[in-house]
Amino acid sequence: MEKRQQVISKLRQDLLAWEGYKPPAGGRSALLGLGELEQVFPNGVFPKNCVHELVCASMEQAAASGGFVSGVLSLLMGTEGVCVWIGRARRLFAPALTGFGVAPHQVIFISLHQDKDTLWVMEEALKCPGLTAVVCELREMDFKQSQRFQRAVEHSGVTGFVLRNAGQLSATASAARWQIRSLPSSGPDGLPGLGFLCWQVDLLKVRNGKTGSFRLSWQDKRFVPLAERVIREERQVG
Amino acid sequence: MSIWFRHLLTDGLARRRPELKDLPFVLAAVVRNKQVIIAASALAESQGASAGMAVADARAAVAELVVLDELPGQAAKLLRLIGLGCMCYTPLVSVDLPDGLILDISGCAHLWGGEREYLKTIVQRLRSAGFDTRAAIADTAGTAWGVARFAPKGPIIPPEGQSAAIADLPPAALRLEPETLDLLHKLGFRVIRPLLQIAPQALRRRFGQQLLLRIDQALGRKEEHREQLLPPLPYTERLPSLEPIRTRPGMEIAIERLLEALCLRLQTEGQGIRKAVLKCHRIDGRKVQAGITTTKGSHSVSHLLRLFQLQIDKIEPALGIELFVLEAIRVEAMETVQEQLWASARGLGNTALAELLDRIAGRVGADVIQRFLPSENHWPERSVRLAASLAEQPDAAWPEQPRPIRLLPVPEVIEVMALIPDHPPRMFVHKGRRHPVAKADGPERIGREWWQDSGEHRDYYTLEDREGCRYWVFRSGHYDGGDARWYLHGYFS
Repeated sequence: MEKRQQVISKLRQDLLAWEGYKPPAGGRSALLGLGELEQVFPNGVFPKNCVHELVCASMEQAAASGGFVSGVLSLLMGTEGVCVWIGRARRLFAPALTGFGVAPHQVIFISLHQDKDTLWVMEEALKCPGLTAVVCELREMDFKQSQRFQRAVEHSGVTGFVLRNAGQLSATASAARWQIRSLPSSGPDGLPGLGFLCWQVDLLKVRNGKTGSFRLSWQDKRFVPLAERVIREERQVG
Repeated sequence: MSIWFRHLLTDGLARRRPELKDLPFVLAAVVRNKQVIIAASALAESQGASAGMAVADARAAVAELVVLDELPGQAAKLLRLIGLGCMCYTPLVSVDLPDGLILDISGCAHLWGGEREYLKTIVQRLRSAGFDTRAAIADTAGTAWGVARFAPKGPIIPPEGQSAAIADLPPAALRLEPETLDLLHKLGFRVIRPLLQIAPQALRRRFGQQLLLRIDQALGRKEEHREQLLPPLPYTERLPSLEPIRTRPGMEIAIERLLEALCLRLQTEGQGIRKAVLKCHRIDGRKVQAGITTTKGSHSVSHLLRLFQLQIDKIEPALGIELFVLEAIRVEAMETVQEQLWASARGLGNTALAELLDRIAGRVGADVIQRFLPSENHWPERSVRLAASLAEQPDAAWPEQPRPIRLLPVPEVIEVMALIPDHPPRMFVHKGRRHPVAKADGPERIGREWWQDSGEHRDYYTLEDREGCRYWVFRSGHYDGGDARWYLHGYFS
């Protein structure tokens, strides 16, 4: 039995390698710090030079996605990294990024009104090797466009995030499709007021990986998987 | 080379108002309570009205004379415009008031196949534009000036032929003051030749230093400095094209060649372009231009070429472009970077990032790119300011308090229900949807900055509804008897 398991996992590894997914050079140290969530990705590591797609159905979900992405950005950027945030007429409030461990002055905001310009700027930014990550708020993204993004990103090693409306969810070439929803915040037992930010993170699609649903909270500038106990408590309160 | 416009003012006016072309007209101004003709058109002149005459006398001579007011400063304006038009023949053009231009054509004439063709091209072009033009080419500006105005023929003076050329011209060809001319006339000097034979000391005693200076200038014994119309920029490249260029690939090749030459120079001198302009002279005499700016000095041909490629659509080649001029208007000293070593450096100083921003600015506009720095204001709308450059670092700390990730540009009115006055709301209604509040934090009072504007303070609460969505709401002013107004101002993640 043991042997068969080993053979299967070996075969899986080989398949990934043939499809161009090399195991990360640093082994476990290449992990980003998303906990067990990272296990769903190929080789068990958050894919960095890829485009991720976040689906936002409402203003609240857009805010939740923005927060989650900021958290991931802080893990990606470190202190030196630079990020480009392409948005629509300055909706993002820069000081909020400090709460997620991102220095707001390391982020360059580009506010555009037309999707045509946004797509062009996004593609150019993804090609730029000087950046760590690019976040882009889009209305629609079709398959062709996502392929172009993916091609741009493969040469430069930039991580791309697309925050898009949940309109027509057609197939795209993105590495993963996420949906982030806010969960009631969790605090130390029984204290009034808001606690740590919590999210329900659903991975709707992962290329060459597994889908999954996770609960994460943001505590002390890192992601912490949410224990089931806290959730139950919240439900009682609610 | 000197160009003389015999009827500059009147030709200029007739060009603007074609109905005047067939009428004898003069421009007049009031001098000592008398209307005096300043300039007369060729037709009026042939009928007997000339500059310096009183208008009343001219009216007697020419029956249908049209008299117009003279606009002061018009000659300088016209000459400047014509001079700019001549920039495609030579970069060194200077205005020679009141009625001429002086072009420094060293090294330019052979591009048009010799001095004769060069002169012919320019004169024909000016004549077809409606200006009565005469021009002359000589080694010195002084000789060319005199020959253009006074020599009946032979506009091209061979090298070292100045003294022979001006010998038979009247003394007025030396650009002298009217008093000196009067004196020379009285003494019987009809031509310049005898003046050249008199010892300089005698001339100086009799006519002053001015005459000697002018003779020396005409003969090339003394340098003459003129103010250029457009002072030459230190970093300029020119590319005349044999055939007029109309296509995009052609323009790209031209720009690339110019950039290669310019960047090589900049590289050796350790400079980088911040702002450059490409001027295209079209064969219809018009000029179109496109400019680029960079966030950081650059002398990389590929990068600058890409910036220009974004601008090519703005250049309208029409019938074709005959001359490309690339000018680096602003350059800055660059520290030499070892490209290979630092290409992987991340951070705001990265060259690739600066190039990306240049491209975005070139295509969409520089105002869409924003970088925020904290400003020392508590009022949320004013708590950030735009950074002036990529290198600017924050001079204040970012606020510590939790702030919403999305801030509404204009707070939206909400209906609120609270159990006790001054407590956080239990429920609020936004856009017709009820949000029962499960948890709340606050209030955080933010006072109005009274030195900037007046109004109520705000008490901010962070609310979380039962679904886990988090909001930033505030009450404007104190709670007094249900009159307080509540607003939604942002969304937390």
